[in-house]
Amino acid sequence: MGKRLVRFTLNGVEREVWVQPHHLLLHVLRDELGATEVKYGCGEGVCSTCSVLVDGESVNSCLMFAVQTEGRSVTTARGLVGKGEALHPLQESFLQFGAAQCGYCTPAMLLRAAEFLAENPAPTREEIRSAISGNICRCTGYTKIVDAIEAHASGAASVAQQASEHGAV
Amino acid sequence: MYPAPFEYVAASSWEEAVQALTRHGEDARVLAGGQSLVPMMSLRLAKPSVLVDVNHAAEARIGTSNGTVEISALTRHAQLERSPVLASSCPLLPEAAAMIGNVRVRQRGTFGGSLAHADPAGELPCVAVAMGAAVHVLGPKGERTIAADDLFQSYFTTALEAGEVITGASIPAFPIGRGSAFVELARRAGDFASVMVAVVVDVDEAGERWTGVRGALGSVSDRPVDVSGELLAFAGEPAGAAVAAEAARRVAETVEARDDERAGALYRRRMIDVLTARALETATARARATRES
Repeated sequence: MGKRLVRFTLNGVEREVWVQPHHLLLHVLRDELGATEVKYGCGEGVCSTCSVLVDGESVNSCLMFAVQTEGRSVTTARGLVGKGEALHPLQESFLQFGAAQCGYCTPAMLLRAAEFLAENPAPTREEIRSAISGNICRCTGYTKIVDAIEAHASGAASVAQQASEHGAV
Repeated sequence: MYPAPFEYVAASSWEEAVQALTRHGEDARVLAGGQSLVPMMSLRLAKPSVLVDVNHAAEARIGTSNGTVEISALTRHAQLERSPVLASSCPLLPEAAAMIGNVRVRQRGTFGGSLAHADPAGELPCVAVAMGAAVHVLGPKGERTIAADDLFQSYFTTALEAGEVITGASIPAFPIGRGSAFVELARRAGDFASVMVAVVVDVDEAGERWTGVRGALGSVSDRPVDVSGELLAFAGEPAGAAVAAEAARRVAETVEARDDERAGALYRRRMIDVLTARALETATARARATRES
């Protein structure tokens, strides 16, 4: 049960970290690598706040051990945009629609929306609701999150224009 | 909450996995998708001193040969959900897999792991019993095959012996005239089901009568309940809403539904009636559609 060295790519950057086998990817990302956008919500894989992409597929990082990421690529919500770049259009949409209150579910919502829209770029509202059905939010009641994703997906004339039509700030 | 320390062994083949499990005995557990085991470890309900990681022990594989669908244990639920092979030759499996947990759970969770975990509220054990799946096992004494109904013995308890791992399963491919349906009742999206019904029906050439019918209920007992016998009594009747309702009622009357935190026995019994009727009608319509095209 001694420590072993694990090497993986985090948001495009190669990282190395010493871990014990029982160290969950979630804790290693937050505590060793400063990726605090990855959250501890339930620790059981039902809330989604710990979600990250491993080799492009979203997984619950609370249910993976860091040793399982050897040689793989891990992407968090922070990896949606490059360093120093402007916000991702999805983030702009969330801002315009007021789709975040406490913000705890937001990194996972953005990651899920990005993943889902890559597969289904023109979803119905029902499809959006179904796609985020595994992402729990205690604050917003989901409506503005769905609005923000829908607006981004429909590639509206301008996100701001849509937002003012919906009565958002 | 996080797991207690353990020794980590990565197996690069099923044989290696069996050797590791045999060497370490009772305190060793298999790590496949981890979507059921790791929550238990984080809750300290499970404290294996050794984890044998089988994720690289074999490949995910779905294929057909000689009228049989073969699925390897390391096939992920998401792959079952999207498989074009299963969509045409075994559609009950993708329909059930789509209901497992959430999208992230389905990316990692495995076919073999779900069967070995034997959660009475598991979708895959229920459909494995409904379809009469043959489960392939490798152990220190060699290979063997266990019928799905024999595999699941009780809550989280299977017929697997010390050192044995599930390597895959075989399911008869659907012939023309066969249709299936999986229906699940849960209080929230992704929640464990209160009741699950899986049915498979065969209709005659005219699409009028059931020539065969199999079914299983999940989440109502400590293991999937095979209700094929109760349903078979209605084979030969003109297949329609009336027969589906009567068959559903018979199933609901016969099965012992448990009382637990998800649902009371009376409610379960009532829902078994409702969902079985719905599943039978849907499966029959799908079976008929195969005769028409």
